This record gives sequence, C-alpha cells and structure tokens, in this order.
Amino acid sequence: MIEILVSVLLLVGAAFMVLAAIGVLRLPDLPTRMHATTKAGALGAMMTMGGVAFYFGDSTVAARAVAIVIFIFLTAPIAAHVIGRAGYFTGTKLWAGTIKDELQERYDPVTHKLNSGLEELKYGQPTRTGKGTSNQ
Amino acid sequence: MLSVVINIVYLMLSLALLFAFIRLTRGPSLPDRVVALELIASIVVGYVGVHAIDTGVASFLDVAIVIALTAFLAAIGFARFVERGGVKND
Repeated sequence: MIEILVSVLLLVGAAFMVLAAIGVLRLPDLPTRMHATTKAGALGAMMTMGGVAFYFGDSTVAARAVAIVIFIFLTAPIAAHVIGRAGYFTGTKLWAGTIKDELQERYDPVTHKLNSGLEELKYGQPTRTGKGTSNQ
Repeated sequence: MLSVVINIVYLMLSLALLFAFIRLTRGPSLPDRVVALELIASIVVGYVGVHAIDTGVASFLDVAIVIALTAFLAAIGFARFVERGGVKND
C-alpha cells in the first residue's frame, strides 16, 4: 500500500521535473522560462521528498525531507526574483509577443530610477502614461 | 514494482537533465544559463531523493540539503555578478 503511494509521488514529481525542463527548453524568453522552472521544479522536488518521507516512515528522515521542502520553497522565489531583476536591468530582450511590460515606460535604465507615473499630476499636467516621460 | 518505478523515474529525470543541459549550452544570455543551472540543481535534488530510496540509505538526504543550499547561493552570486559587472558599466 505504501509502495503505491511512494510510486505515485515519485512518478508525479518526475513528471513535473520533465515539464519544467521542457518549459525551459521551449519557452521563448527569460521570464517565461523562469515561470516554468521555479514553480514546476519546486513542486517536483517537493513530491519526490514526500515520496522519500513516506518510504522510510521514520520521523528523523521525514523531518529532514520536510526541511528540504521548506528550504526550497523559501529560496526558489528569492532566487527567481533576483535573477529576473538582474536580467531585466541588463536589458534581456523580451519575447516579440509580449503584451504588457509595465516597467518599460516607468523605468529609466540610464539613471536606474523607477517612476510611479503620478509625477506629472503634481505639476498640473496630467498626461497619458504612454507619453508621460517624453512630454517634459 | 517499486524498482521498476524507480528505473522509470531515473529515466525521466535524465531526460529532464538533458533538456536543461541543452538550454544551459544554448541559452542566449547569462541569466538564461543561470535559470537552467538552478533547474539542474533542483533535478539533482530529486535524483538524490530517488537514489536514497533505491539504496535504502537515508543519509543521502543530507547531500540533497547541501545541494539545495549551494544552488541558492550560486544563483544569488550569479545574479549579483550579472547586475554589477554585466553589460552595463555603472
């Protein structure tokens, strides 16, 4: 009975890992690739560790497996945030079919400053966000 | 039954490792390669877990902890390197 549970957990975890790898291979640009790896990879590792915990059935082993899962779930978003930030700042090209890039008109890569888009309202010249910085 | 499943899981993880390695070698920019490296570390953590079940040695989980920690530190370090000394010269 426990073997079936362990087998299912291992197989589903490995399937999520394969999905993450296919995503990182096939998706077109950096943010979409990170979208595949951080979520599916962490879920795959979590399910594999769940299989390990159920297979050994020991409290110390289960505690270590849970520690690994908690560590991965704490660090994967931080690492993804830092890498994505670095990639955007160094000017990695986005996919040609990208619909929304809200930082594009707000962020100035030369001065490294991020505008909120509300600065124009303070000077009594409400402008559209698309032309906000070029009007002044 | 479990040994057959373990062999299948080894095969799937090897396939995932191969795909991530292709992205690691082909990735057009350095952040792409860092993302592929992080995925490879995640896959290796899964490998170590499956190997612990395969051999019945629970001490392999310590290896998985260390690999996860090293991968996180490497990702942070690479990101600092890309941001500070990459294309832009601040």
